[in-house]
Amino acid sequence: MRRIIKIASVLFAGALVLAACSSSEDTSNGGSEAEIKVGLAYDSGGRGDGTFNDAAAAGVDRAVAEYGVDVNEVEASDADGTPERAERLRLLAADGYNPVIAVGFAYSDALAEVAPEFPDTTFGIVDSVVDAPNVASLIFAAEQGSFLVGTIAATASKSGKVGFIGGMEIDLIKAFQAGYEQGARAVNPDIEIQVAYMGPAGDNSAWNAPDRAKIATEGMIDSGVDIVYAAAGGSGLGMHQAIAGAGGSAAGYWGIGVDSDEYVLPARAEFKDNIITSMLKRVDVSVFEVIKSVVDGAPLSGIQNFDLGRDGVGYSSSNPAVATLAGVADEYAEKIISGEIVVSSTLN
Amino acid sequence: MFKRIDTLIAPLVAVAFSVLFGSIILLVFGANPIETFIRMIDYASTPRSMTLILNSATTYYFSAVAVAIGFKMNLFNIGVNGQYRLATAVAALVAGYITFPGYLGIVVIIAISMLVGAAWAGIAAWLKVARGVSEVISTIMLNFIAIGLIAYLMAPTVLGVKTAENVIGTPIIPAGNRFPGVSLPTAPIPVYGMIFLAVALGFGYWYLLNRTRFGFDLRAVGMSPSAAVASGVNVKRMTVYAMLLSGAVAGLVGLPLLLGAQYTFTVNFPGNYGFTGIAIALLGRNHPVGIAFGALLWAFLDVSAQILDLTGVPREIIVIMQGVIVLSVVIAYEVTRRVKVRRQQAAVGSAGQ
Repeated sequence: MRRIIKIASVLFAGALVLAACSSSEDTSNGGSEAEIKVGLAYDSGGRGDGTFNDAAAAGVDRAVAEYGVDVNEVEASDADGTPERAERLRLLAADGYNPVIAVGFAYSDALAEVAPEFPDTTFGIVDSVVDAPNVASLIFAAEQGSFLVGTIAATASKSGKVGFIGGMEIDLIKAFQAGYEQGARAVNPDIEIQVAYMGPAGDNSAWNAPDRAKIATEGMIDSGVDIVYAAAGGSGLGMHQAIAGAGGSAAGYWGIGVDSDEYVLPARAEFKDNIITSMLKRVDVSVFEVIKSVVDGAPLSGIQNFDLGRDGVGYSSSNPAVATLAGVADEYAEKIISGEIVVSSTLN
Repeated sequence: MFKRIDTLIAPLVAVAFSVLFGSIILLVFGANPIETFIRMIDYASTPRSMTLILNSATTYYFSAVAVAIGFKMNLFNIGVNGQYRLATAVAALVAGYITFPGYLGIVVIIAISMLVGAAWAGIAAWLKVARGVSEVISTIMLNFIAIGLIAYLMAPTVLGVKTAENVIGTPIIPAGNRFPGVSLPTAPIPVYGMIFLAVALGFGYWYLLNRTRFGFDLRAVGMSPSAAVASGVNVKRMTVYAMLLSGAVAGLVGLPLLLGAQYTFTVNFPGNYGFTGIAIALLGRNHPVGIAFGALLWAFLDVSAQILDLTGVPREIIVIMQGVIVLSVVIAYEVTRRVKVRRQQAAVGSAGQ
């Protein structure tokens, strides 16, 4: 009995310490007396996660720099249900924060509950649609951006085999895979595309399992894959490690990042030479636009579709090595914007 | 008398120590500890916050009792997470797709949850008695299998539906299948009605352990399996019963949230109440009243973490305090136990002379 309780306590305390370590600093108050107070509710991971939440943070940082708005940032924990998430948004709105931006589809039900309580507050939600007059639903045509990096992958691949590492196996990420596959096939109809997801729907560890992503990528490399695109949140790190382990760009292996421009991310500095490009999902642009609209006195609302035409998605060209490959991608980008090519967001 | 005081001192010391430790950390971060704690208590004493605390505590209570039933028999059911998630998912599917007359729905849904939880824990029980597999290993692995199984059930091609953009879940539960709540005066949101079920469970747990032969056997096996065998207890059978019971209670963990607030099971349904339950069972020393206090304390800390976050104090302070409480309560119990043993030995020694 006592032994078991000791084991249990040690395990538990260890888990708590890890949890406390993993999500660290946040909350940068602007300081100056500004009229606009922006409330930003991150999904779990918060500022500093290296991908999704950081993209939102970049948008808010830009708004602070350009308009001097005040910002308060709060963050979800993995244990949150709808009541906790709703309370977080409610506290921000009740405290006078306007706009209040919820980062992540997990806030959908919570925002649907809270938005009608504060009709004079502008809300934004990333990656979801909430049907209320004071909510801007910020959704992204991730399949279009993924199509472009798919064309780059297929052009860069010498072996004719490319890989895709997905985070949680949900429709949101399958749209990345679908676009990537269509783009790769548009360039090379015979290309072989290997796919691995880091966890099924509901397995939150899928976003933060670099060990699994590393093994999956190594497996792909062993079977001849030379270009791998990871849309897997924090797990993407494992893909970069495996690419570097195989010799990196010097040996012809490239990784493709996601959401933020990973070539310039400090968290990825170690791997930057192997990152040919990143699929940009401009969460920062969407967050900035919501804040800007409130500053301008004409708040955004309804479904805001951030697609290629609106620069809401795209690929990054900060690595000079992509210049020789990007011609193809740019051609396809024009065709997608003009509507000549329609990229499907679902796998068939 | 001495025993009473011993059992109270340990958790009180632990809580006091964690407040002290939390204060030090707050000072390091440059926040005023007294102001911070006052702010937490202020926020927690609004009717809405009190409702949220009672609601979280209800959920935690079910989870901690599920764990405690195992602990009482030396079984470490680390699979409460998997058991309740699967049970809640199945319950949500039944509740979302089928409309029952009157209150029959709630009864059926609760029964199904308990059955699913028990069945999932039963796999680990069977593995243990038939194959000698440690329940620690098997229940952890079953957690992963449960996640996979739920993902399959929730697929739009199987039983799931799209409840919002990018959100897949079960159909919204109709009003007749929801568990009605009760409101505190002036509170804008209701307290989960299942809080009464939690109280009843606590009483039932106490009665079972202390007033029945089954409970006696259970505790006997927990204290010494060989002595229990010698006195005619079938240890294997008790293992199976305890795991089934633990799993059945675990099946209830997700229901307060499902039937009282969320009304749908989505892939981002909170998935970690099981580990919270382990901490609270340790804190409450597996005692029905102790667990209730532990659950309330834990819920208070969780709810007031929100206001800390808003006022610029890192919410991780709360996580640290929770960790310190658990560690120090275990240490405090160990210290009091050793003191007691030494006292006994001294008493025996002096009696011998």
